[in-house]
Amino acid sequence: MTIGVVTFPGSLDDSDALRAVRIASGDAVSLWHGDADLRGVDAVVLPGGFSYGDYLRCGAIARFAPIMEPLIDAARGGMPILGICNGFQVLCEAHLLPGALVRNDHRKFVCRDQRLRIENASTAWTSSYEDGQEIVIPLKNGEGGFVADDATLDRLEGEGRVVARYLECNPNGSYRDIAGVANERGNVVGLMPHPEHAVETLTGPSTDGLGFFTSVLMSMAAA
Amino acid sequence: MARVVVDVMLKPEILDPQGKAVHGALDRLGFEGVSSVRQGKRFEIELAGMATPEAVAEIEKAASTLLSNPVIEDFSLRVEP
Repeated sequence: MTIGVVTFPGSLDDSDALRAVRIASGDAVSLWHGDADLRGVDAVVLPGGFSYGDYLRCGAIARFAPIMEPLIDAARGGMPILGICNGFQVLCEAHLLPGALVRNDHRKFVCRDQRLRIENASTAWTSSYEDGQEIVIPLKNGEGGFVADDATLDRLEGEGRVVARYLECNPNGSYRDIAGVANERGNVVGLMPHPEHAVETLTGPSTDGLGFFTSVLMSMAAA
Repeated sequence: MARVVVDVMLKPEILDPQGKAVHGALDRLGFEGVSSVRQGKRFEIELAGMATPEAVAEIEKAASTLLSNPVIEDFSLRVEP
């Protein structure tokens, strides 16, 4: 099972994402934003960082990178896609996920170990968890406030598409404490916190993040 | 040659922390009588040719796809003489 990780100019967490894939026993493949194809990978991670310097809006320019064309087609065809932090912003800009990410309500960059509750353990990226399971993984963002209109938020809640929610504190002003959402099919997931930084006890607050990567490997093996 | 100006603003229901920070600074500097500030973006686009309806329609398409995100922002567009 191969999982591609896209590097955009300004990506920061691509190396950690590739490493997390390997630790989860997947084959990690580096993809480049200027590529016109996905090199036959089975799933894709859009990593965190500051693609194109966050110019215009976070993710707004990356969304039109050449690799996004085959990626959007693949996502619509059911390929598992995970957007972490800046990758989440890219997926929202590409309208593969609803809503948008805006500047933190308190205006400061936030960097902390964040407790989350997995609200939906049936997506391609969360099946290793249990519904309601609590995990702690790093969160680091300046523009991580998830916003959408009330009708969209109600629909997301009603359809079980809120994948993870912040516990203990709302670190960035996200509406309804939403930390991650999925598309209707559950193959595309966006998450503001960073599971790829919590896959080894040496460097992470936990290994709670590993489940995102083992989930997709298991869901692909089962398919 | 013609210039098209696109103004992009966050929708009214979206919180604008930058505008709030500017408002706070105005208060501290003693600028009185300000009840709120919202910050937006202005794009000045120089066309290679005339502002034909087709050329303006192209910029309008750019404004709704790249320059603004319709989920959180509204834009207005005008051709400058």
